[in-house]
Amino acid sequence: METEGTYDVQAIRAQFPILSRKVKGKDLVYLDNAATAQKPVAVIDALVHYYSHYNANIHRGLHTLADEATATYEASRAAVMHFVGASSTDEIIFTKGTTESINLVANAWGKSFLQEGDEIIITSLEHHANIVPWQMVAAEKKAILRVIPIDDNGILDMEAFKSMLGPKTKFVSVVHVSNALGIINPVEEIIRLAHEYNAVVLVDGAQSSVHLDIDVQTLGCDFYVFSGHKIYGPTGVGVLYGRRDLLESMPPYQGGGEMIKEVRFEHTTYNELPFKFEAGTPNIADVIALKAGIDFINTIGKAVIRKHEETLLEYATAKLKNIKGLRIIGDVKNKVSVISFVVDGVHPQDLAILLDNQGIAVRTGHHCTQPLMHRLGIVGTTRASFAAYNTIEEIDVLVEALNKSLKMLL
Amino acid sequence: MTNHKTIKNIEQELIDDFSLFETWEEKYEYLIDLGKKLAPLDPAFKTEDYKIKGCQSSVWIHSHEKDGLVHFAGDSDAIIVRGLVGLMITVLNAQPAKEIVNAPLDFIDTIGLSSHLAQTRSNGLRAMIKQMKMDAGVLG
Repeated sequence: METEGTYDVQAIRAQFPILSRKVKGKDLVYLDNAATAQKPVAVIDALVHYYSHYNANIHRGLHTLADEATATYEASRAAVMHFVGASSTDEIIFTKGTTESINLVANAWGKSFLQEGDEIIITSLEHHANIVPWQMVAAEKKAILRVIPIDDNGILDMEAFKSMLGPKTKFVSVVHVSNALGIINPVEEIIRLAHEYNAVVLVDGAQSSVHLDIDVQTLGCDFYVFSGHKIYGPTGVGVLYGRRDLLESMPPYQGGGEMIKEVRFEHTTYNELPFKFEAGTPNIADVIALKAGIDFINTIGKAVIRKHEETLLEYATAKLKNIKGLRIIGDVKNKVSVISFVVDGVHPQDLAILLDNQGIAVRTGHHCTQPLMHRLGIVGTTRASFAAYNTIEEIDVLVEALNKSLKMLL
Repeated sequence: MTNHKTIKNIEQELIDDFSLFETWEEKYEYLIDLGKKLAPLDPAFKTEDYKIKGCQSSVWIHSHEKDGLVHFAGDSDAIIVRGLVGLMITVLNAQPAKEIVNAPLDFIDTIGLSSHLAQTRSNGLRAMIKQMKMDAGVLG
């Protein structure tokens, strides 16, 4: 099989046990990485090792197991801090995932600082997780939700954004990379423009964190959120990076243990950052295993993986364009390794069923971006998304399977 | 029309048909063919009222009672799902309401289509059957 330059894709594949399984009697071709990435053995081992050797509740116990669990849990926080270029572990809050991170900000920041008539700006490309929490807080605070339009290729209308900004703009919450189309949004410019009006900016990094180099200080964003399971880590753990002064100004999101300093029936004082936002026993095992996911990326190097993924994207784009009636949605230069497409006269669900029978996992449907699909005038797309372990051969299998499926359907 | 065949009879015929298929391709070509041949649903019924919620594709089922039997018509914008609609209509159409409500429909597993009953939002068969049984319950 292939070795692309120094990129030994087979050695990488060997780290992922799931990739050797069969689906419907065929070799699994996993191209649904934008939904969740598969896990290297190091991540799986970290979970097993934690539960087998030092399972304990953290931060309060005074025994050896608690010490080891606490140290490893906090080492994960430090790894995340470096992963996103934050300056302090106090600015890294562990959550359940991107969705909870956004809900935390919408609730803790939104309910404290939004007033009637204030404006929140999002984009037409948002995942439902970056729409619904803002609709909920906007309804409660009588604030207004505004949406930056896109063109037919999914490119944001920055002139429209500029004209939306004003003294009423209080919050801008934007997706860094579109999960449905893979398009990279100009978040640096969005942040700079929003800050001219003192608006607070959240960047949804669910799709960007695994592909792009992230430095929250260079980006200048106020919040950056992502999920562990999309960066080769476990499900059930996510991250909220927040600027220290903002996190300090926000009330807690949930009350309980861990987040308190002192509790009396008359009054409670809250713990310091980051613990103020981590009420209750956290997801210790998954947080610990998240570090193994980050280490996997760092060991190969994000730029090296990105180069491999770009090769796959370029190859797949050219191959897919040869298929009659197939149209790539969001066929732009500035994108990550995601191809979303429609085929004339073919429902994406039919394609998914037939591809599954050939061992291929792709995502079809609206990708939790119904307003975007509505804007583009389609019911959904078929999406193939590539990761560090995918190969050129797998794209050939996809193309062949697609041709066969279309022959059956049309 | 008098109904000669019971639901069980029709299920057995389908089991016999499907037993002839040796590959997954043949099975799905049969469903696609069934989808293409399904009589179109009167556009008057292709509305939100008759749409089944929770499917990745749009599925519409219309039912009415005549001479003590429940009749179904349906449609989908996805062809394989349309085939599944056709399959369920083949089995349940023009049967007594009570028979429809109580049908275990275990033939779906026997013919190897139980993956379409999976509890994901993308598969419509489960929701389709639930709706047909509910309609029969109301009409019966």
